[in-house]
Amino acid sequence: MIAARGLGRRFGGRVAVSEVSLSLEAGDCLALFGPNGAGKTTLLRMLAGLLRPTEGGGSVAGVALPGGAELRAAVGYISHASMLYGALSARENVELTARLFGVRDPREQAVRALERMEMSERADTPVRLLSRGMQQRVSIARATVHDPRVVLLDEPFTGLDDSGSAALAAHIASLRAAGTTMVLVTHQIAEGLALATHAAIMREGALVRLEKGETMDPSTYLGVYREHVTHGA
Amino acid sequence: MAPNTLTAAFLIARKDLAIEFRTRTAFFSAAVFALLGIVIFYFAWDPTAVSAIDLAPGVLWAIFTFSGLLGLQRSFGIEQADRAIDTLLGAPIPRESIYLGKAMANLVFVAAVQVVAIPAVQLFYGVPLLEHAWALASIALLAAVGLVAVGTLFSAMAVNTKLAEMLLPVLSLPFFVPIVIPAAQATARLLAGRPADEIVGWLKLLIAFDIVFVAACMLAFPFTIEE
Repeated sequence: MIAARGLGRRFGGRVAVSEVSLSLEAGDCLALFGPNGAGKTTLLRMLAGLLRPTEGGGSVAGVALPGGAELRAAVGYISHASMLYGALSARENVELTARLFGVRDPREQAVRALERMEMSERADTPVRLLSRGMQQRVSIARATVHDPRVVLLDEPFTGLDDSGSAALAAHIASLRAAGTTMVLVTHQIAEGLALATHAAIMREGALVRLEKGETMDPSTYLGVYREHVTHGA
Repeated sequence: MAPNTLTAAFLIARKDLAIEFRTRTAFFSAAVFALLGIVIFYFAWDPTAVSAIDLAPGVLWAIFTFSGLLGLQRSFGIEQADRAIDTLLGAPIPRESIYLGKAMANLVFVAAVQVVAIPAVQLFYGVPLLEHAWALASIALLAAVGLVAVGTLFSAMAVNTKLAEMLLPVLSLPFFVPIVIPAAQATARLLAGRPADEIVGWLKLLIAFDIVFVAACMLAFPFTIEE
């Protein structure tokens, strides 16, 4: 469902992502860890079809990168920015995305997506009046309203309270069960590993460790992560 | 199935107008700017040296040009907050539909400012603008299409720069000239009661520039938003 072969991206002379190769099947969830500036967001934006790779290649949902409308239709992207319009209500924001993706019954699907994120009661509130955590819930509803086959999540737990985190974790689990492929960028190793089938560490634009297994022990992995990030093992 | 270019453009235009209707920031700024401009020109005007018929077209088009820039500035500004533009760029719609949608919303915006400014010019200068309402509306609409076509493209280009507020007028104004000249000339001839043939020639020129600018800007737009 997601394949990358030597994927890279330069901004002028600066290398943001270099030689990333990975393969994920339907229902896989990759937890991607790494310090700030490691290239995680750039990698996600390339997989979302928002950024053109300058090196290597790959495919998402069977469409070769950088992809076009077909690739974007298959992807739901949650960035650390909310990607919402503050003057529109939560429902209007989600409904707009549903319409742009050609979802049938966009209004009904928008209401359902907000229900999944426990945001029904604030559906008609302008987004600018919602807290950061609530905006994040709306953003997740927006990104998944079209039932994407691939979901790319960039630090989705940021700003969420316990109830929001639980709703998101339950949503991610249900997406995985439905065969959705996910890449989850997070700094929270325990939460990431609990949801993932694969784990990877990025440093200075490169994928320095990639492993598969649902029994990854968070305490051991934290040591491995520190070793790779701090000492560059 | 994802919407076609026109449907997606309509959705984007409706979204932009809903945001403007709720915040009203750009429209009020542009309308107040237009009215103040008309008043300043009025007090600087010596009616014994220049007749109102000669002055009014210039005032009208200077006001439209600069007040329109205020709305164009905001067009992509609202997309930058919280990276809302990624919602549009991540949707399976043609990039051209984003441009068209923005341009449609900007056209409504510029037309709304014109609706405020034209009666104000008639009131201050005593020129019979509203007597020629249909002809003037045609000139204003054709000119607005050209201004919006160019301004929307440059708004997208300028928004990601640190000098966006300065860059948009600097980039746009040279391209506004070929639109404003025929619009002002057509308006002057209309007010002077010149034969229709003289006006039609300028309108044809406006139509030609509109076609060139809309086509060129729509083709160029996808390249301006690629990272």
